[in-house]
Amino acid sequence: MLEIKNLHVNVEDQEILKGLNLKVNKGEVHSIMGPNGSGKSTLAQVLAGRESYKVTEGEIIFEGKDLLELSPEDRACEGIFMAFQYPVEIPGVANTYLLREALNSVRKYRGEEPLKHIEFVKFAKEKMKIMDIGDNLLKRGVNEGFSGGEKKRNEIFQMQILEPKLSILDETDSGLDIDALKVVAGGVNALRSPERAFLIITHYQRLLDYIVPDFVHVLVDGKIVKSGGKELAYELEDRGYGWIEEEKTAANS
Amino acid sequence: MSVDLEKLAEQEYKYGFVTDVEQEVAPVGLNEDVIRMISAKKNEPEWLLEWRLNAYKHWLTMKEPKWPNVHYPPIDYQATSYYAAPKKKQTLESLDDLDPEIKEAYDKLGIPLDEQKMLAGVAVDAVFDSVSVITTFKEKLAEEGVIFCSMSEAVQEHPELVKKYLGSVVPHNDNFYAALNTAVFTDGSFVYIPKGVRCPMELSTYFRINAENTGQFERTLIIAEEGSYVSYLEGCTAPKRDENQLHAAVVELIAHKDATIKYSTIQNWYPGDSEGKGGIYNFVTKRGRCLGQNSHISWTQVETGSAITWKYPSCILEGDNSVGEFYSVALTNRRQQADTGTKMIHIGKNTSSTIISKGISAGFGQNTYRGLVQIGKDATSARNYTQCDSMLIGDKCGAHTFPYIEVKNSTAQMEHEASTSKIGEDQIFYCQQRGLSAEDAVSLIVNGFCKDVFKELPFEFAVEAEKLLSISLEGSVG
Repeated sequence: MLEIKNLHVNVEDQEILKGLNLKVNKGEVHSIMGPNGSGKSTLAQVLAGRESYKVTEGEIIFEGKDLLELSPEDRACEGIFMAFQYPVEIPGVANTYLLREALNSVRKYRGEEPLKHIEFVKFAKEKMKIMDIGDNLLKRGVNEGFSGGEKKRNEIFQMQILEPKLSILDETDSGLDIDALKVVAGGVNALRSPERAFLIITHYQRLLDYIVPDFVHVLVDGKIVKSGGKELAYELEDRGYGWIEEEKTAANS
Repeated sequence: MSVDLEKLAEQEYKYGFVTDVEQEVAPVGLNEDVIRMISAKKNEPEWLLEWRLNAYKHWLTMKEPKWPNVHYPPIDYQATSYYAAPKKKQTLESLDDLDPEIKEAYDKLGIPLDEQKMLAGVAVDAVFDSVSVITTFKEKLAEEGVIFCSMSEAVQEHPELVKKYLGSVVPHNDNFYAALNTAVFTDGSFVYIPKGVRCPMELSTYFRINAENTGQFERTLIIAEEGSYVSYLEGCTAPKRDENQLHAAVVELIAHKDATIKYSTIQNWYPGDSEGKGGIYNFVTKRGRCLGQNSHISWTQVETGSAITWKYPSCILEGDNSVGEFYSVALTNRRQQADTGTKMIHIGKNTSSTIISKGISAGFGQNTYRGLVQIGKDATSARNYTQCDSMLIGDKCGAHTFPYIEVKNSTAQMEHEASTSKIGEDQIFYCQQRGLSAEDAVSLIVNGFCKDVFKELPFEFAVEAEKLLSISLEGSVG
């Protein structure tokens, strides 16, 4: 589904990703872990198409298409979703309104008829149950005055509505209490299917207790330096990232 | 902001067409003869001519205001024609008599004058250049005693009302443009709502400038008698021309005891091109008097057009417990400049006013909010709430705010909130990541920003305003 080859990315003329390779197949859940500043969020932003992140080398193929050729909205319409680490507020724009516009924009891209208001509401109600979201959150402005937990829940709710092929969760677990974490994880698990894939960026193994990954990758200094199964996450939790960096240094010397 | 956004094509001003009708146009220039000619054309009574001539004499002694935060080359008032009218027939018996070219022009503007095709519940007065060409649903309104007609007709049919109220809110020497308007005004709408009547439909006037080198000077007068209610809306468009054209209107509202007047404007005069060539100079005086107790005047304006906008719809709150409101969205894109706001003059006791102003600047647009809240010494327990927000799109535009507050009574409660924000790249990207184009994202964000104002508009017009805003914003993101 997704293949990243030798990806180099600059942010403000500083190289952040330095030759990253990653392959994600349908139905898989990949977790990207790594210390602060290793390039985890940069990877998420580049996949979503953020302009200020400049790809200097390498390629990204998504469902057979050159992702780097596509605008952010076309990537979204192709089925890439990013749950933002810091979702922005858009005052005065009702949460439902943005979602319906977004869903209909995606449907239009796929050549489908737009959903009528009534149909949309019905569809949204089902998803609201999964995410434990009240009507009130739907009517309010997008993220306007939401608590940290509400914002993250809203991100996953949007993901539920848009039903993307590839979902990227950028530190969705940060700042969540255990109950909110369970709801978020429940939202992700409800969407897991053989057709969909997930890229879960996190600092902590905690989220992975609830969303069990097929693969764990360790990102250090702009490269994936170690990959493994879910047990790698536990090892990182116990031992930190230091030993991997030492291994890497040893291998290089 | 992103390079791709800068490339977004500029949307053409879609109302920029010219209608080919035979026109009767006054010779270029302004003098007493021209005023006498206008007055004679309209078969006006002597007092009205005298009033015009008085205003003209006064105007000659006045200077154009220089305090607005707008810049333009000096206007040659002798280079404009002050009267243009479609030539065909003077009195219309029915729609069938209307010049088909004019009817087509309004069709193109999306304002079918055919009563069957019209929006249910909206009566329209269509003003084409200097004259009102048709007013719809007149008979239906007359059943309720509501008078809705052109100003010229009102002068003929209801001279006592016109004489009593005309100039009672905006005197002939009020300001430079109002004096000019008084001297040369040609038409406009007249509305009279009798005691206790709730006007059964929305009233609206569509102003269209068509002729070249002419100014449009209309005068609107709305009188709401005790306990009555009326909602009125005006819309305006003009062809694309390289020369600037002058529009100096005067609107007067009078609300008696327990009466409510809601006045909404969707102003979409031709704004000029991206280089700032052409466009309408929109210099307008709008004022309402809340004369009686519990009277209520509400101004809502969506200003997206015109090269230059200078207008301050105001309320004079004379009656005790009277209420004044001003809700405004002003958008300046390309080289447009706007200096707009309101005046709330509190005279009666327990008077209250609300001001919500949303300024949006894009391109090289310059947007100024200027507002005065004045609490007189007898205005016990007066209240004002002002919220004044500016949004900037891009880094070449400007937003300016000049709030004036004068309080002479210590029981007054004043609240003022102001904010300036830049439309966020983060907000746009967020919407794009959900599948919206950058342009749709901007339109969505700006419409959200304006929501508090749009919700004051009658429903059909709120939809129109949202569309208009989106169109006016196209090509603005850069």
